[in-house]
Amino acid sequence: MAIEVRIPTILRTYTGGEKAVDASGETLAALIDDLEASHPGIKERLIEAKDGQNDLRRFVNVYVNDEDVRFTGGLGTSLADGDQVVVLPAVAGGSAGFVR
Amino acid sequence: MGVSSLDVRWLSPLRWWAVTSPTLVHVLRLERTLYDAIVAHAKRDHPDEACGIVAGTEGSDTPSRHVPMINAAGSPTFYEFDSTELLALYKQMWANDEEPVVIYHSHTATEAYPSRTDIGLANEPGAHYVLVSTREHGNSEGPVEFRSYRIVDGEVTEEEVQILDADQQTASA
Repeated sequence: MAIEVRIPTILRTYTGGEKAVDASGETLAALIDDLEASHPGIKERLIEAKDGQNDLRRFVNVYVNDEDVRFTGGLGTSLADGDQVVVLPAVAGGSAGFVR
Repeated sequence: MGVSSLDVRWLSPLRWWAVTSPTLVHVLRLERTLYDAIVAHAKRDHPDEACGIVAGTEGSDTPSRHVPMINAAGSPTFYEFDSTELLALYKQMWANDEEPVVIYHSHTATEAYPSRTDIGLANEPGAHYVLVSTREHGNSEGPVEFRSYRIVDGEVTEEEVQILDADQQTASA
C-alpha cells in the first residue's frame, strides 16, 4: 500500500529535503506512525496529546484527497491505496499575545 | 504548535540554510502596485486583521502575484487562513512552481512588529513576513507602518523594504 504524503518546507528536515514521501497505513494515525518509523521526530510535529488522547496539533492541517481531515474523522480517517495526503502548517498569527 | 515546539535540535539546519542561502538577502523589493494592493487590503479590513500572500517563482525571491486571503478568524487580534483556501492556494503555487515570497497581515491597534503569536506560528523560513499597522488612520487615507521581517527558528530579523516604481527606480518605503 503506497500513499503519497506531501511534506511542507518546514518539515523537510525530517525527509532529507524531499517534498513528498510514500508511507502506508489504514488510518491517518497508522500512516503517521509509519512516517515516524522512516522519518523519526516527524510525529511529534504533527500530533499532541489532548486530554490524554492523541490529536492533530491545532495549527497543522492535514488533507486526504483535498479534504481537511478535521471534517472526516481526524486521526481515524480511513486511507486506501493511491490516496493523496497533504500536510500544511496553518498560516496564522495576530497581535494577540497567546501562543499554544 | 507553540513556543514549546520550537525545538532547536531540528531547527538548527534551517537556521544554517537561512544564513547561507543566496536567495535570502535581507531586503524586500516590492513593486509599488503590490505595495498599494496590500495597504488597500489592510485599510479595507480594518479593524479586523487582513492577511494574504504575494507569490513568486520558486527561488526567485521576487514577489509577483498578490493573493488576498479571507481571515477565517474575522478578528481584530488574530488571523488564520481558511484551511480549504489554504490548500487551494498551495496547490496553485505548486502547479505554477511558486512559493509564498511575502506573507502579510495587519495589526490594527498595535505596531507593525511580530507578536509572540506571529513568531510562534511562523512556518515559512524563506518568506518575508510583512506587517502593516493601520492603527493610526484605520480605514481612512493616510500613511501606514509597513515593515518586513525574517522569522527563522523563533528569531526575528527586520529587513529593509524597497518599493520599486514602474520605471524601476527604487525608493525607500
